[in-house]
Amino acid sequence: MSGCNCSGRDVLIPQVGVITDIRTETPDVKSFRVCAPGGGKLFEHMPGQCAMLCVPGVSEGMFSITSSPTVQDYQEFSIKRCGMLTDHLHSLSVGDQITVRGPYGNHFPVESELRGKDLLFVAGGIGLAPLRSVIGYVSDHRADYGTVDILYGSRSKEDLVKYDEITGVWSKADGVNVHLTIDRAEDGWDGHVGFVPAYLKELGFSSDKTALLCGPPIMIRFSLETLMEMGFSKKQVYTTLELRMKCGVGKCGRCNIGSKYVCKDGPVFRCDEIDALPDEY
Amino acid sequence: MTQRLSREELPRLYAAIAQVADLFLPVKRAGKTNFALWNTQTEVDLDTLKTAKSPKDLFFPQCEPLYTCDWREGNLTVTAQALAERDFVVFGVRGCDLRGLDVLDRVFLSDPVDSFYAARREHGTVIAFACREPEESCFCRTFGVDCAEPGGDVTVWLTDGTLYWRANTPKGQALTDRLDLLGKTDDADEQRLAAEQTAAREIIDRLPYANLFLDGWNGDATEARFASPLWEKLYRPCLACGACTFACPTCQCYDIRDYDTGNGVQRFRCWDSCMYSDFTMMAHGNNRTSQMQRFRQRFMHKLVYFPANNDGMYSCVGCGRCVEQCPSGLNIVKVIKAFEKEAKK
Repeated sequence: MSGCNCSGRDVLIPQVGVITDIRTETPDVKSFRVCAPGGGKLFEHMPGQCAMLCVPGVSEGMFSITSSPTVQDYQEFSIKRCGMLTDHLHSLSVGDQITVRGPYGNHFPVESELRGKDLLFVAGGIGLAPLRSVIGYVSDHRADYGTVDILYGSRSKEDLVKYDEITGVWSKADGVNVHLTIDRAEDGWDGHVGFVPAYLKELGFSSDKTALLCGPPIMIRFSLETLMEMGFSKKQVYTTLELRMKCGVGKCGRCNIGSKYVCKDGPVFRCDEIDALPDEY
Repeated sequence: MTQRLSREELPRLYAAIAQVADLFLPVKRAGKTNFALWNTQTEVDLDTLKTAKSPKDLFFPQCEPLYTCDWREGNLTVTAQALAERDFVVFGVRGCDLRGLDVLDRVFLSDPVDSFYAARREHGTVIAFACREPEESCFCRTFGVDCAEPGGDVTVWLTDGTLYWRANTPKGQALTDRLDLLGKTDDADEQRLAAEQTAAREIIDRLPYANLFLDGWNGDATEARFASPLWEKLYRPCLACGACTFACPTCQCYDIRDYDTGNGVQRFRCWDSCMYSDFTMMAHGNNRTSQMQRFRQRFMHKLVYFPANNDGMYSCVGCGRCVEQCPSGLNIVKVIKAFEKEAKK
């Protein structure tokens, strides 16, 4: 875990990671599998935790771990191209080496508060990345959780991350319902069309579920409002925050809001906890 | 047990300490006094009350390497920077700056421990230096610091002709045991020392900031303080230069950067400032876009957020360096007073 110095290595010192697989998910999202140079995972993590990926000489950034902890052989990161570092990451090939440090941060409470609950995942765009880790974990511990609803939306069909897994695996699993939507109608799409918050309202889930919400800030805002209208309390909704981070261990000061450090005390917050923070995220 | 040394023998004391460990003390260079490594040529300056920079960079350097990352035969190799392993002594740390180290300890020694800082703390012995004549910009007492009894591994007091020395910790005693030039004190010495302390505390009573109180600054006040319209007025002169954060004994925000070595990178960290516009900037946006927000963050962190996480300990020590060094005359005292005035309305 993030607090562990037991390897004798300072938490700021990275390990070398090898990219063993790259999948093009959408026109601007690629998924990278990362292993230790000798094979196997670099570390153990929990769903929702993050890691610092660095292309030496280019830059370093915090990314959520997209793969479930139950995956034995690698960690996967689904990364959207949107800046200098992510541009560079997208230009890498299988076999290339990067540095990785982590895991950092807290995680979704899969072993405590989420246990036994009916789960409602609400994701928009690349917001699926951190939730996929939870979905994978829940799938592998199916008996510990109730029904699973996954509401996922993106700009267009080709922008849906992990489309094959969603349609091929998740939607066929027992007790799992998948609800997909895209922003605008397009040829070859006979599914729902419209924004995530509107579809959420339309589907009208029962308010005894626990919701996990991740996506662009505007989607989170309106989806949260919709959930409140549907009778959810903020204590039933979890989301993740994202701020500039450098150290990953709550010391460099960047991601400080109120008395919390998003890198260490987050990225996962229950929405009532977010309400208690100064409005600066 | 308090020991003594005549003031003329100070150079011998420095030489004796330097036999045991690297000695850092206030040294005057180009008109400014800062902590520097002692040698027989250095111009030691114990007359200047406050060094321009606090001694924090002896434990948390302004810039330090963390590791190197090299390409070797097509493979990346990460080599961590070795931790500090030389013993050193810091002579002349004022009570406020010593409290500054307590604050840094809360940050760097809390889980997960920063091993670079921890190694320096382990190898460093701090000789605290009691203040004789606190200055106009001082307000350490507001934060519960007693400048006449500052603590540290060793405390020293300097009177007109005599240095008094008292070991407080096993580390301080170990250093003391290796010095053979300290003499015994008698009752007259004890009385003189007590009188010196009383005199220093009386000066504090008469300073301009003697009546600066922190009423209302605590965790419960977060929302009201954050939303106060006062920030909009207070921040205006701020030039965002960051001088306050660099002079501050407790500011610990840092940046992590890479230096291109030609065959890889050297990773280093260096002091950063929450006053800078790119501090929180990332590819998808910036959560503090205005200088008002950044200014507010600095003081809310020192007076509200940090105490909330650290048993009420404020992240300001009243050293007054920001009072002296801000080019726009802004400082934490103005912030505290503005809120105090508002509360009385």
